[in-house]
Amino acid sequence: MDQDNRIGDTLLEVKNISLSFGGVKALTDISFDIKEGEIRAIIGPNGAGKSSMLNVINGFYHPQEGEVWFRGKKREAMKPYQVARQGVARTFQNIALFKGMSTLDNLMTGCITHMKTNIFLQAIWKGPAEREELEFRERVEHIIDFLGIQAIRKTPVGRLPYGMQKRVELGRALAAQPKLLLLDEPMAGMNLEEKEDMSRFILDVNDVFGTTITLIEHDIGVVMDLSDRIVVLDYGCKLADGTPDVVRNDQAVIDAYLGVSHDD
Amino acid sequence: MFYRESGDFKTNYADDQQSFPIKLDRYAVWILLAFAFFVVPFFINDYWEKSVLVPFLVWSMAALGLNILTGYCGQVSLGTGGFMAVGAYSCYKLMVAFPGLNIFFVVILAGLITAVVGIAFGLPSLRIKGFYLAVATLASQFFLIWMFNKIPWFYNYSSSGMITAPERTMFGIAISGPSAPSWATYLFCLTLVTIFAFMARNLTRGRIGRAWKSIHDMDIAAEIIGIPPLQAKLSAFAVSSFYIGMSGAMLFGVYLGSAEPGEAFGIDKSFLVLFMVIIGGLGSILGSFLGAAFLILVPVLMKNIMVGAFGWPADLAAHLELLFIGALIMFFLVVEPHGLAQLWRMTKEKLRLWPFPH
Repeated sequence: MDQDNRIGDTLLEVKNISLSFGGVKALTDISFDIKEGEIRAIIGPNGAGKSSMLNVINGFYHPQEGEVWFRGKKREAMKPYQVARQGVARTFQNIALFKGMSTLDNLMTGCITHMKTNIFLQAIWKGPAEREELEFRERVEHIIDFLGIQAIRKTPVGRLPYGMQKRVELGRALAAQPKLLLLDEPMAGMNLEEKEDMSRFILDVNDVFGTTITLIEHDIGVVMDLSDRIVVLDYGCKLADGTPDVVRNDQAVIDAYLGVSHDD
Repeated sequence: MFYRESGDFKTNYADDQQSFPIKLDRYAVWILLAFAFFVVPFFINDYWEKSVLVPFLVWSMAALGLNILTGYCGQVSLGTGGFMAVGAYSCYKLMVAFPGLNIFFVVILAGLITAVVGIAFGLPSLRIKGFYLAVATLASQFFLIWMFNKIPWFYNYSSSGMITAPERTMFGIAISGPSAPSWATYLFCLTLVTIFAFMARNLTRGRIGRAWKSIHDMDIAAEIIGIPPLQAKLSAFAVSSFYIGMSGAMLFGVYLGSAEPGEAFGIDKSFLVLFMVIIGGLGSILGSFLGAAFLILVPVLMKNIMVGAFGWPADLAAHLELLFIGALIMFFLVVEPHGLAQLWRMTKEKLRLWPFPH
């Protein structure tokens, strides 16, 4: 019943997406929806098209066929930064932080879509630009507290260990106050403790900020525990879609993961 | 031991985000500025003005401009000389067309015109990166110089093809032209450089600066978190060209007095400014000044030592100077590839602990 309160209407829906690069078909006729407030996982073996799917959602790839509906409206083909302005943020499989900048600056950059002062006010600084800067500094400090990264606030992120960088990247995505947060393998390459931390953050983000989360993850245990519903992709096709229990018992999914003998 | 931040507590975000968070830095900057504004003008003579201070200020302005584009936004440009020429010729045309216009505004307007030209030549940066962009900006360098040589309208059909700055005043005191007093030209350049150095600092620490730096660090990630690359790159080109245009206007109007494009704004000047930025430190306001100081002041110093103190012939000194500067550039790039600004930062780190090793 807690579930039912948390999850609302459809936030994003992809309809019959097909994407190919030259002769290679990355995605074939994929449809699914993401409901407001839920944690939605996309899983599948390597090369199944999971990251391509995220890239379609955030406008980095433009599918040859199919439609993306966001908040009840059909989305025209748009640039990634326009998608970001609509409230979609993401993290990357191999960390894409701004390595020369401090943790604080990376998070402040995450807020950039909300900042408005023009270049002349910025040059003068005193007045509107400074006020805006401080307002967002406060917002960013909340995220820093939330993620427990106070100590590395002023450290250039290039110097941080891998697990911390993943955390800062999550922070940068959160700083945008997204409606939809896309996480591309948030736990890749982490040890057990870091995975537990990250899982807790994902649940808390969903719970505290009410952010809808879509994640790709290979650790099936984590995925089954965290997500409300799961889409399974294999070779660019959708195999299954449903709650963890449904997916776990789906014969096609079991075959895809465990392999199936083809010689009958 | 004396230079430290302990005990310098910040109780609000405004204090924490100021330009010079460490108290001693802040005092040092204010003392330096007070000295430059209130002491130097009383003692400045023609030699110091013409060979040391004004060229240093003019080239600092150019280095600031290129540093915004190359150091902060990561777009390599070899068109600096051409953009300085745009600033100089805009300055000249404005001076001649509006004799009553205050030279302060002439320089700023010249910068604005250069900004527009910079945006036009920055358009290829959306498609090409790195070395290829450097080659594309090289084309702008040659094109602009060619244009100023070939189209007589730009030099008002003068028979020599040169442009000469007429005398223009500010508060009744000549700033440009042969009769301008040393202290006036110096103060004029110093005021402009100080104002715009602070503005550069403000721009680079705020929203726009972070957009530039994020494009520099990883442009795809920048676009995905909501930074339009077109806007970020072109604004960097515009602001950078604005600074470079002002430095061109100052170089021609206040320092040289007359100029011929191929000589005053040739490709060697583009390289000179690029070296300043690299040696001084990419992505650092202080680095722009250090780089300009290094490449403008060290030659003057060496000439004084070799010709003045040792009495060596001037031509020998000139050659040795080139050799020595080249060697120094290599030495610095090997020892500290991130430039003099990084060297300074590391010195400060060490100073904070001194005299303790850890």
